[in-house]
Parts: sequence; C-alpha cells; structure tokens
Amino acid sequence: MSIERREIEKLATLSRIAINEETISEVSQRLGSVLELVDQLQAVNTDGVEAMSHPMQATQRLREDEVTELNRREALQAIAPETEDGLFLVPKVIE
Amino acid sequence: MSWDTVIGLEIHVQLATKTKIFSGASTAYGAEPNTQACAIDLAMPGTLPVLNKQAVNYAIMFGLAIDAEIGQVSAFERKNYFYPDLPKGYQTTQLEKPIVGRGNVEIQLADGSTKNVRIHHAHLEEDAGKSLHEGNFNSSFSGIDLNRAGTPLIEIVSEPDMTSAEEAIAFAKKIHSIVTSIGICDGEMSQGSMRFDVNVSVKPSGSETLGTRTETKNLNSFKFMEEAIKREVARQIDVIEDGGTIAQETRLYNGETKVARSMRSKEEANDYRYFPCPDLLPVVVSDEQVEELRRKLPELPDARQARFVKQYELSEYDAGILSSDAAMANYFEAVTSACNNAKLAANWTMGELSARLNNEDLSIANSPVSAEQLAGLIVRIADNSISGKMAKEVFEAIWAGEGSADQIIDARGLKQVSDSGALEQMVADVLAANQAMVDDYINTDEAKRKKKLGGFMGQIMKASKGQANPQQVNQILAKKLNELL
Amino acid sequence: MHNLTIAELVKGLQSKEFTSVELTQHFLDRIASLDPAYNAVITVTAERALQAAAAADQRLAAGNAPDLCGVPILHKDIFCTDGVRTSCGSKMLDNFIPPYNATVVENFEQAGAVVLGKTNMDEFAMGSSNETSFYGPVKNPWATDSVPGGSSGGSAAAVAARLAPGATATDTGGSIRQPAALCGVSGIKPTYGRVSRWGMIAFASSLDQGGPMARTAEDCALLLNCMASYDDKDSTCIDREVPDYTATLSSSVKGLRIGVPKEYFSEGLHPGTEEAVRAALADLEAQGAELVEISLPNSALSVPAYYVIAPAEASANLSRFDGSRYGYRCENPKDLEDMYCRSRAEGFGEEVQRRILIGTYCLSAGYYDAYYGKSQQVRQLIQQDFVSAFENVDLIMGPTCPSPAFKFGSKGDDPVAMYLEDIYTIATNLAGLPGMSVPCGMVEGKPVGLQIIGNYFDEARILNVAHQYQQASDWHTKAPEGIA
Repeated sequence: MSIERREIEKLATLSRIAINEETISEVSQRLGSVLELVDQLQAVNTDGVEAMSHPMQATQRLREDEVTELNRREALQAIAPETEDGLFLVPKVIE
Repeated sequence: MSWDTVIGLEIHVQLATKTKIFSGASTAYGAEPNTQACAIDLAMPGTLPVLNKQAVNYAIMFGLAIDAEIGQVSAFERKNYFYPDLPKGYQTTQLEKPIVGRGNVEIQLADGSTKNVRIHHAHLEEDAGKSLHEGNFNSSFSGIDLNRAGTPLIEIVSEPDMTSAEEAIAFAKKIHSIVTSIGICDGEMSQGSMRFDVNVSVKPSGSETLGTRTETKNLNSFKFMEEAIKREVARQIDVIEDGGTIAQETRLYNGETKVARSMRSKEEANDYRYFPCPDLLPVVVSDEQVEELRRKLPELPDARQARFVKQYELSEYDAGILSSDAAMANYFEAVTSACNNAKLAANWTMGELSARLNNEDLSIANSPVSAEQLAGLIVRIADNSISGKMAKEVFEAIWAGEGSADQIIDARGLKQVSDSGALEQMVADVLAANQAMVDDYINTDEAKRKKKLGGFMGQIMKASKGQANPQQVNQILAKKLNELL
Repeated sequence: MHNLTIAELVKGLQSKEFTSVELTQHFLDRIASLDPAYNAVITVTAERALQAAAAADQRLAAGNAPDLCGVPILHKDIFCTDGVRTSCGSKMLDNFIPPYNATVVENFEQAGAVVLGKTNMDEFAMGSSNETSFYGPVKNPWATDSVPGGSSGGSAAAVAARLAPGATATDTGGSIRQPAALCGVSGIKPTYGRVSRWGMIAFASSLDQGGPMARTAEDCALLLNCMASYDDKDSTCIDREVPDYTATLSSSVKGLRIGVPKEYFSEGLHPGTEEAVRAALADLEAQGAELVEISLPNSALSVPAYYVIAPAEASANLSRFDGSRYGYRCENPKDLEDMYCRSRAEGFGEEVQRRILIGTYCLSAGYYDAYYGKSQQVRQLIQQDFVSAFENVDLIMGPTCPSPAFKFGSKGDDPVAMYLEDIYTIATNLAGLPGMSVPCGMVEGKPVGLQIIGNYFDEARILNVAHQYQQASDWHTKAPEGIA
C-alpha cells in the first residue's frame, strides 16, 4: 500500500513539513506500510463501544482566577530566534 | 424579483476574568507586548493547561441568562492550524460537547414588536495573540504580541433566524446588553471585547431553500457589522441577478476603507483536524454549582427594564434604552439614588451625557462626569437654583473638570435669583424705566397682549444678567401689569 | 562506589562513609571515561552537580536530610531543566535552554539529589532503539553493536554501565520497560497520572508517563517515592496520596495470583526469552504465588491502535515547534510558510516527521472516524480486557519484549518492524496501567526482561513482587563486561 502523491503533499502542507521531490516516493511507501498496520483496526467490531480519550476516569480540576504568572518576558525571550521591542519577529504575515 | 435575507451570527465574547483560560497570566488590557504571556501562553515545551474556574462560571452564567441547557459534561478539543498568533499550533476550543446548549434571546425591533432568536450553542475557547505589521522592525517581518493569547472567550452561535441587518444589530446589541449586565464581559468593543462573524445568504422571497452563505469574519463594531451585512446582501443579489452563483467562502470587511474581500485561498487549505484535547479532562458541572450561579445571577436587561418602568415610572422606551447597557443602567441608578429624581436622571443620562460621550467616543465607564456630579447638577435644576440653559453651561464645566455643580455655580456666579422680594423690585424697576412699553401694552387688544410680554422678559433677564428665575418673573410680571390695567 | 545500590548509597551518605562530593566526582569521572563508548549522556552538568553535592553534604551534616539527599542521578533529556539545555534528542531543541524546571526535576532538587546531566533518547521519545536521536545512537553496554532500546535508551545504558545509580525516564509505549529489559536494569512506568507531566516534553499526552530506572526494584521504589507527586499544574495528574513504596517491599508473595496472558507467549517471541520468563514465573510460583493463565483477547490490536493515537496526539503536540518563539529556525526564510516548512523539515528527524504525517492523516477530514475514532474504541476494548483480567488476578506477567537487543540497523527500512518491538508494552499505556521490567535472564549474552503489570495505582505491589523476585535471583546484579 502506498499513499498517493497528492495526499502526501496535502499532509505536508497541513503539517508544515517541507518534503523534497527525491524522498516523496520513499515517504509514501513508508507511510503506506504504517497505514497497512493500522488498517487491521478496520476488521474490529466496535459497535456500541464508547471512544476513550483518557486512560483515567477523572474530571477536570478548576483553577482559581488569580494571577500567578508574573512578567518573565526577558527570560522567555532570551531563547527566541528573533525579537524586537518585546515582540517575537517572524517573516511578514500576509492576511 | 424580491429577495429574502438569512443571517446567522457567531459572536466572540471576551470573558472578564483576571487571568487567562489556561494559565495564571493577567488579561489586563494594554500591557507592554508579551509581558502578560507566560510560558504556557507561549506554548513552551512541557507546559500544560489548567482550566480557569471563573471562565467556566461565566459561561454557565451566560447559559442561564439565555435560558439554555447547561452541558453537565463538556469537553475541549484541539483545532489545528498554523498561524504566528497561535503559539501551540492549535486552538483549544469546544466542538462536540459545548458548555452551553440551545437557548433563546428575545430582541426588540424598531416597530416595537419582539422576535425570538434561537441560540444553537455557546462554547468556551481561547483567544489568539496579535500580529503587528508595523513597528520598529524591518518591514519584511511581523511582530507577534501574545498578551491576548489564551484570553477566555465564549463563542455564541445563533441559528440563522435574522432577516435583515437591523435584526442582526438588534441581536448583537442584545447579546452585548446581556453579557455586560451579568458582568461576564466589559463590553469594550474598541478593545476587541466583542467580535462578530456574520453568515449571510439570500434566497428568492418565500423560497424554502436556503441560498449559499458567506461568512464575514472579525467585525468589531455594530456600525461595521451593519455596513458589512448590507453590502454583502447587495453583492449577493447582484451576483445572482447577473446569473452568477455565490461561492461558500470566508470574507473580510475593512471598516475603514469600506472594502470587503474574499479569503478563499486560505479556506481551501483548511482541515482543522479537531480531536479531544488529551491535556484536559471532561468538565463536569454539578447541579449545585448551576443553582448557586442562578441565585447570584445579576438582573437581566429585560427584568431591569420592567423594574425601571415600575420603580421609577419611566416610559417603556426610556427604560429599554437605559437597561440595554449595564453600565448606563448602573449609572442611571446611581444618579437617581443620589438626586432622587428619576425623570431628570433618565433625561440627562440618555440625553446630554450620552450625546457628549458618543461625540468623544467614550464609554460611560470612562465618563468625565461622575454619577455623583450629575446628581449634584440635577439637584440644582430641580430646586430651581439654575435654569435649563445654565444647567448646560454647568454640565460643560463639570465635563471640563472644573468641579461639582455647586462649586461651578458659585465660582461663575450663576445662581438663579428666586427670591420673590428681589424679583418684584427688579420687575418694578424695569416697568418704571420703560413707560412707553407699558403704555403700548395697556393699549393693545387683550388677545394680543401676551405677545408683548416677551419684550419685558428680555429686559428683566438682561437686568438680572440672566440669573432671574424665568417662571417666577413671568408670574410677577403678569400680576404687576394686570394691576396697571 | 558505582556498584552500590541507591539504598546502599543512602546509608553510606547518611553514615558519612563518603560524601556526596566524592560520590558525584566518582560518577562524573566514570561518565568522562566510559561514556564516549556508549553515548548515553547528551549533556554533563559537572559544575552544577558538584555545587549541588556540596550543598547536599551540608544538609547531610545538619541531619534529617531526605533519603535521596546527595545521591547522583541522571535525567532523561525530555525533562525541562532550568538553565540547562533540554534537547529532547532533537536538532529542533539543540539550542533550547528552558527557564523553568519540570515538576519531576523540582522534586529531585527539593530532595537534594544531585543531577549529573541529561541522557540521550530517541528524538521526541519516538523510537525503540535510540537510533532516532539527533545526538547519535546510544550503544548497549552488553553489546555495543546492539541497540539499548528506546526511547529512554540513554537512561537505561547509563544505569547498566554504572554511570549513575539511577535515572529518570518516560514511557509512552514501552520507553522505560523495553530499554530496561534490553540493558538489564529495572524500570517502572507508574499509573497514568501518578507522576506529573509538567515540564516533560509531550509526545502523546494521554499515554506519556514518567518513571524511574535503577538496578534494583528497591532503588526504583526509593526514586519513585520522590518522583511521584500530585501537581496542580498538570490537569491529568491524580490527586492521591503517594505511599512509601519501600514500606511494603518485604511482604511475602504467598497466595498472590499472577495472570499469565497466553497472547504474550505466542508467535514472534524468542524461545530464549520465553524460557527465561517462564523460569522467572516458576521462581515466583516456588515462593508461593499462584500462576493463572489468562487471556487479553485484544492484545494484538494494541500496536495498530497505538500507531494511530500516539501519532495523532504527537502531530498536534509538535506543532508548537514552528521556529517562531524558541528552538530551531531555518536560515534565511523567504516568507512565513517557508520558515514553518523548512524549520520543521530541517529541525525534525525522519521518524518524527513520519509520525507527524501519519497523525495528520489519521485526523484529517474523511479519515478521522476510520482511524482515530476507531482507535479510541479499540482502546476501550483493550482497557476492558485488563479490567476483566484484574477481577481474577493481582498482577499480570510476561515478557517485556519479544527478543533481546537487536543489532543497529537490523530492523531495516520498515518502520513497522520496529513498532512491533513494543507489542507487549503498548497495551498498558493505552489502558493507563502501571508496568515494570526487571532482569530475568540472559540470552546470547544479552539481558531479558520480565514484565510485571499491575492494577491502577498498584505500584507498591509491583515493586514488592519485583523486590521479592530479586531477593531470590541475581540477574539484576550482573554487569556488562568491563563495567564492574
């Protein structure tokens, strides 16, 4: 099983990973082999089985609405690729 | 051919919590960039969300206010897309199990009738940060400020129950009125506290089948929203009448340039891959929690309107306007309780004050004239210390920060003369000094004499430098002239 | 000193037989001289370690110091360490120095433990052989041509080579137990929610769980006492008292009912591994435990379900690595999209990219129900298997992995061959149950692991049985050649 090229390109776009031309067939083949593995699930009868998102049957804890995080901009931006005047800089966003 | 318009709204309401929905960073407006963006808001590796209790309570309060079903178990999902103002690369939101289910909102229309708009659901989610395209940086960059990232929102989704821009605006204003009345949102539109996405379609009048809809996103004022709807309706009708078809698409409307455009290219690539957020557990709301919030729920706009009519003997119309905005209603009640004159308090709050605030684009919360100051002015109007004309001058002086009404009246010597002895003398002096006018009055037919009174009034007011109480002067003048007949 | 267990080191430190500074220097020297052969440690924090050791010695001198005060350990490089590079085995985070500590790191710091450095691992914990690390593979101290297992291969190899007496690790589908088995050490993955995930870089949030590795079960108990805590910064952390795991170690196993799932002894299991595991079970039977054959009928589905759920969660968890705020940004991006696509293509290795793509596929429109939805239902079935089994037995035991450590590159180009390495360990992550691996034999000169799976929050019983097994066996005392 292999995934169509068009599909790989869509996945690459959605996940923002550049895939180069030379590796596309290899990627397709390897993804295909993983999908073949997970396709075993299709044979299972799961009628009426509830989906399980969390291993534990716990409920969400709620936090009091109190400020606990103070300004640490300097420390947090010390490891940023590019900043200016407290802003994170990225290549221009075109809306 | 005539057309029906179908409109549905999605309204993003920023909740007035002190901290973010999933972190303990402040949500205060206007801070320096990224000083209120903690490691969680920046999506630093290994950081995790914990849900803010107040955000949950506020969402439930909204549900109670629109008589909606409250989801006993609600859950968070991740909506995946890349954008620089979305640090995690996904927005944590609710899809399958929103906290607020179906509800209803009644709107009042200009003709006095009412209409019910159904709410499909309302869900909790986090706001994104902001991308700045201009600043002290190279123009090939954008600057990212994540202070707003993680601010709690509820997104209120209506059914497509509105048929005109006017109805949509009435609905949007009603939601504004509800969320400010129950105190879950500050209602500051200019700060982005409420933003609207508008779904619009048209269909031939009477047709059962809905047309293809477009969504115009991120409108941040009632005015822009009204313009955007009207233009979009006109555009759709034009396209269809020219034989075209409407594409289902997302559009942007620029309120400054009045130009709308399609964001189609962006939409095509979207596949948000929603799935349950594994970092957050199901949110369980107990009956006790709901009942406690119900007990504490502040007065809703409709109830407040009814109370204003009953308690203050206001007209339905005045009561409706005052109660539509929680801040205005609170202001009005504060003025009334301080001056004990609901009628004047209502007139001044809705009239002079509102007009002045509108001109200056100020919210009532930021009014330069406090409720106490306005009450002080009204007390002096009611006891005839100043005339209506003087009152406007005093109001302007209060607005300009010159002090209380009494201070300004004293400082400017504006006190109205209402001492009847002094006024009688003043009238007698003016009559004595203007014998010709008096003779003319006496010789005029009775039916036309009334017209001549104005001349005397003018002289008297001039002599008193405008400080004579006009009603009293009128009475004294009429009496004295009668004696001369 | 490096052959002493943590329990023995605690005694030695408390009775001032040696100081923490001496101990720390000893292990730092061992890392410096031996690790070039194993590549188990990515970052050594010698200066900080010696400072912490000196502080620990003061606390020890003052008396009443906690158990682990002055004990040197290593942290898997997935736990954020304030001021110390935390790479997660990835080029993406090669330059990442977090300004905060993981709760686990904080807990050990409070206890006065001394951190020697950060251990190598599969990139973002995605791998079963440590071959996906940006820093190169870790070599198995028992056979340097073989893998140490993964993803916590660095921690396992470091403990096996006596570079540290204990180390932290994480387990998403077997990443503590499988490398522990392959390197001949003990390691426990606690119940999901027992150890805080705050500051532990996420792979698959609903499966990830931190846990300790050491040479003995008793040492694991000592480490878990410190590592486990309730943490209100992690919504999925369970608010439940942490027992003293050392208190019940000496309980007898008499009458204990041990479930032996027939599915764990089927096709694909190395005969030598089976023999060693069966012998271990027989030892426990001889101590008075009762062996009960059980069935976990949906076991075979755990690998396919896992390879949907884990990549799906990972695809979202790893979106934050976009070159904007920290970590790797490609050179001269020509626009925003280029920055995203190249930073991620250059910063993530092949296996990580593969899993992001698979996860994206399984969540995308038109495939969600068939893959993600289905997997979550299968996950429920797998959990039900365990719930039913634990109605009749106290613990479940079997092999940790199908065969001993394999040679580098031997799984070839097929990612699925590698995924099947975790066939016996994955189900417990899907169910959220605690599981442990302890050494139980040798095949072809390489260690074999016995897996012990317990009911929810039954870590104390797992550690008790493991300890009792180790009292009657000596596999855990064996050292690779040239180490002891």
